[in-house]
Amino acid sequence: MGEATKLIYKYLRHDKKFPHVWCPGCGIGILLGALIRAIDRTGFEKDEIVLVSGIGCSGRLPVYVDFNTLHTTHGRALTFATGVKLAKPSLKVIVIMGDGDAVAIGGNHFIHAARRNIDVTSIILNNSIYGMTGGQYSPTTPYGMRSSTTAYSNIEQAFKISELAVTAGAVFVGRGTVYQAKLLDGLIEKAILKPGFSVVEVIAHCHTQYGRQNRLGNAVEMMEWQRDHAVAVEKAAGMAPEALQDKIVIGVLVDKELPVYQEEYEMIRERAKATATR
Amino acid sequence: MVEGALVAGCRFFAGYPITPASEISEILSIKLPRLDGTFIQMEDEIASLGAVIGASLAGVKSMTATSGPGFSLMQENLGFAIMAEVPCVIVNVMRGGPSTGLPTFPSQSDVMQARWGTHGDHPAIALSASTVRECYEMTVKAFNLSEKFRTPVVLLMDEVVAHMREKMVLPDEDDVEVFNRVKPTVPPEWYMPYEDTPRGVPAMANFGEGYRYHVTGLTHDVRGFPTSRPDEIGPFIARLHRKISQHFSEIQMAEFFQTEDAEITIVAYGCVARSARRAMIEARERGIKVGLLKLVTIWPFARSAVEKVLQKSRILLVPEMNMGQISREVKRVNPGVAKVFTLNKVDGTIITPEEILNRITEVA
Repeated sequence: MGEATKLIYKYLRHDKKFPHVWCPGCGIGILLGALIRAIDRTGFEKDEIVLVSGIGCSGRLPVYVDFNTLHTTHGRALTFATGVKLAKPSLKVIVIMGDGDAVAIGGNHFIHAARRNIDVTSIILNNSIYGMTGGQYSPTTPYGMRSSTTAYSNIEQAFKISELAVTAGAVFVGRGTVYQAKLLDGLIEKAILKPGFSVVEVIAHCHTQYGRQNRLGNAVEMMEWQRDHAVAVEKAAGMAPEALQDKIVIGVLVDKELPVYQEEYEMIRERAKATATR
Repeated sequence: MVEGALVAGCRFFAGYPITPASEISEILSIKLPRLDGTFIQMEDEIASLGAVIGASLAGVKSMTATSGPGFSLMQENLGFAIMAEVPCVIVNVMRGGPSTGLPTFPSQSDVMQARWGTHGDHPAIALSASTVRECYEMTVKAFNLSEKFRTPVVLLMDEVVAHMREKMVLPDEDDVEVFNRVKPTVPPEWYMPYEDTPRGVPAMANFGEGYRYHVTGLTHDVRGFPTSRPDEIGPFIARLHRKISQHFSEIQMAEFFQTEDAEITIVAYGCVARSARRAMIEARERGIKVGLLKLVTIWPFARSAVEKVLQKSRILLVPEMNMGQISREVKRVNPGVAKVFTLNKVDGTIITPEEILNRITEVA
């Protein structure tokens, strides 16, 4: 058996009704592959992993893999993840969200989970559109682009998810594209192993909606766009801001240390017990 | 209420500050860490119930507490807990509404929201309390029912009862009946997390115990996987309702006071039941045969209890601090044998015994 086959056999749910819900050529499958490879490399047991998602195309990801899987309400995945992690800290909690899921309806939960430094890994699939509902504009749809609800062009400025995560206090922030799948493996692995709130933003294409409505070509052409516009963070450091205007900076953007919520809460428990017996 | 939660085994609380429910948060933030439990203040009520559901899935009994505006925000995840069959307890200390309404004044205006607040056809369990002792007992009961039937349970309080001070002797912890969720005993590969059982309640595995399964708010099959097959959807939704309806006798609690000979029966709950009892005593002193049916379980509506008083009483009076939410239910189950009168008050003050007594003399 080839390595890929072994991983598929080990991690996919054989009793789940395939095919999956995603369009042919979708980038989510590449993310799923990267996630499986990364988890396999970290060495966690399947029983130890809780994979949580919200709503949308990305929300359907957990059902295909053989972990403890939790498909929550739209935008709320991080709140459920917070409860799971605090109730049973021995579990490794990974959250998959889309761009609308994470920074529109779930924006408040996202910044607060980052601020608290809950030990949860967030993977955000950013395809610049609400794909499942028919291609409406999302908080990451770039200015001037079209969608089902911006037929006359989008007049809102886009959120930069990774930069938002950095500002909100995430201790690890990485960004990759589905074109650079190997980089993605590494970023996700590092994020999972990092104690505290870690974020991996995955730039992906939605050729069915975003690509079609903006005449950006098929899945392959959109992935080639990712290749041509991705700049490693090390190289970007020496580039002028104007030159980076239409670029995607990829790699590890932040990797820092801050007290992790659960460890701090342990301290609170000790203090509480000390006052109780006094 | 806090003591009831702790003795029932609650070890996780997530909440958001709101009057008049904040005291529950404050006390639990001190007591839970002493017991190796967890208290967290979330960014809003949506997040609070999300965290509570997550903690329950991980195997820890969990609750949250709020008031009307927060209860509105919780409706989304309340529906999730019903759909995914996750036990948890939600305390709603009712205050006047709509909207921000009357933050520190009592009300009973969320009765229908507790029943129909979240979208979709769903069963609901909601309990009430009218004394401090009942706060304790009903919190224990709420946890037991939620664990037994794998469903969220709402505890409807009002500002009067929530802020009331009364003496009570806490029962010995060993004497309190505590029910824990039934866990699967089959090997993981045989486990069907949403299968039908004689009681209608499937066994529940906690995350991380070897039973890896899928939890979703989508309509799902017996394995938990999303389905759009009519032959799977129909039986699933039917089971959700049946697991409650076939156990009405275990869930519905009501108390009868002097209803045996009562020509007029007052149907009341929460703080109003206290005024009603006083009014009943005074009415009897005046020679009017009045009884009281105190509803403890609000949902599912205690139809059989009302039918019992209808065997004797020809007049029912339903005083409540809303525009008539439970009185609609009383009218619904009355087959026309009695006249149903209401007494509604929505000005933020309690219904007094005198007001009930006056209404009794009007309708008698």
